Amino acid sequence: MSIEPAGHGIEADNALDRRFSGRNEAVPDEAHHDGRGRFYWFLIGMRGIFSLPALILMTSYLGFAAFALDVGLTRSEAVFIWALPAQMILVGTMAGGAHLAASFAAVTFSSIRMMPMVASVVPDMRNDKTPTIVLLALSHFIAITSWVFATQRLRHVPRPYRTSYFAGFAITLTSINTAIVGIGYGVVSAFPPVVAGALFMLTPVYFISSIWASARQPVVKIAFLFGIVLGPLFAVIEPQFDILYAGIGGGTVAYAIDRVRRRRHAAGGV
Amino acid sequence: MANEIAGNMEGEWWWTYLVIVVAGFVATDFWRWLGVLAGNRLKENSEALYWVRAVATALVMAVTAKLIVFPTGSLAHSPLWLRLGAAGLGFAAFLLTGQRVIVGVTVPIIVLMAGLLLL
Repeated sequence: MSIEPAGHGIEADNALDRRFSGRNEAVPDEAHHDGRGRFYWFLIGMRGIFSLPALILMTSYLGFAAFALDVGLTRSEAVFIWALPAQMILVGTMAGGAHLAASFAAVTFSSIRMMPMVASVVPDMRNDKTPTIVLLALSHFIAITSWVFATQRLRHVPRPYRTSYFAGFAITLTSINTAIVGIGYGVVSAFPPVVAGALFMLTPVYFISSIWASARQPVVKIAFLFGIVLGPLFAVIEPQFDILYAGIGGGTVAYAIDRVRRRRHAAGGV
Repeated sequence: MANEIAGNMEGEWWWTYLVIVVAGFVATDFWRWLGVLAGNRLKENSEALYWVRAVATALVMAVTAKLIVFPTGSLAHSPLWLRLGAAGLGFAAFLLTGQRVIVGVTVPIIVLMAGLLLL
């Protein structure tokens, strides 16, 4: 498996080293700022599809192919469905015979969470010269798996090539997933329940350990704990707004706690 | 309108495409574009970025926890205690073995599969 507990122990030191050396060697980085350097990092990004998160997402697309068959979509309709969670809602509402506007509202609403996810990745992805249009185009590819991938891997890539690296990963992954849905359609309804259950469980347990392992700042771990408790809790109390409440509320409280912690730490250190 | 789609999917296949493409692309990418514009203004190591990272992490973990507590598909009929137990044991094993992601993934899957087979 190519996913190590990145950002933990020795890995974290390496990441720091690379970051500092990247800053010192800004001139050589710029000198290689031709087509070749970008293409190289694009290919390295493509290789990311053999990482654990990408492989797990691919299995969940197999599950999606089975779901599409279940709700009566044709193969080509299923292939057109890309970003998994939002479109799952859409397909579900349509299958339930709900109004089109309600369907659209549900998808729009479920995507609000993309805004903080994209905003938190953009400072890691860009440099001063990155055109905004490139970031706008790449933002389409940010979903949960690619967010996890980006927050863990981008820091190991020289800053001028991070957009190329992410593009290589995300475009390849999206294309492969589209192919998986097309090829898997009609094939994968045959999963035994225990295997299907295990495949479903892969995604959450991978996120739990990899996000914890790659958390560089304590604020991420505090937010992790708030999110994991508040998500199901708000799902019971306020199902329509659960993710937003857990995210904005839990994240803000985590930030406040961390801010107090940092202040105390700084005061204690003096 | 949606009833027509459901009832007449064969004849108006392009309409279903349109619904999926429009709703999927525009509706979700609108928020992503706002995220890019906001993220472009965030300075590295700024307080605002700390907050945005905290919110993004809490969001992702809320979605993750919901997958375990309220799963869809074949896991929907499995007992909650089994799913929580598998995830909890997995995370404990992960922490005890020096935070190896591969341990954090394989242990809960083995526990879950064993539970599903025995029940």
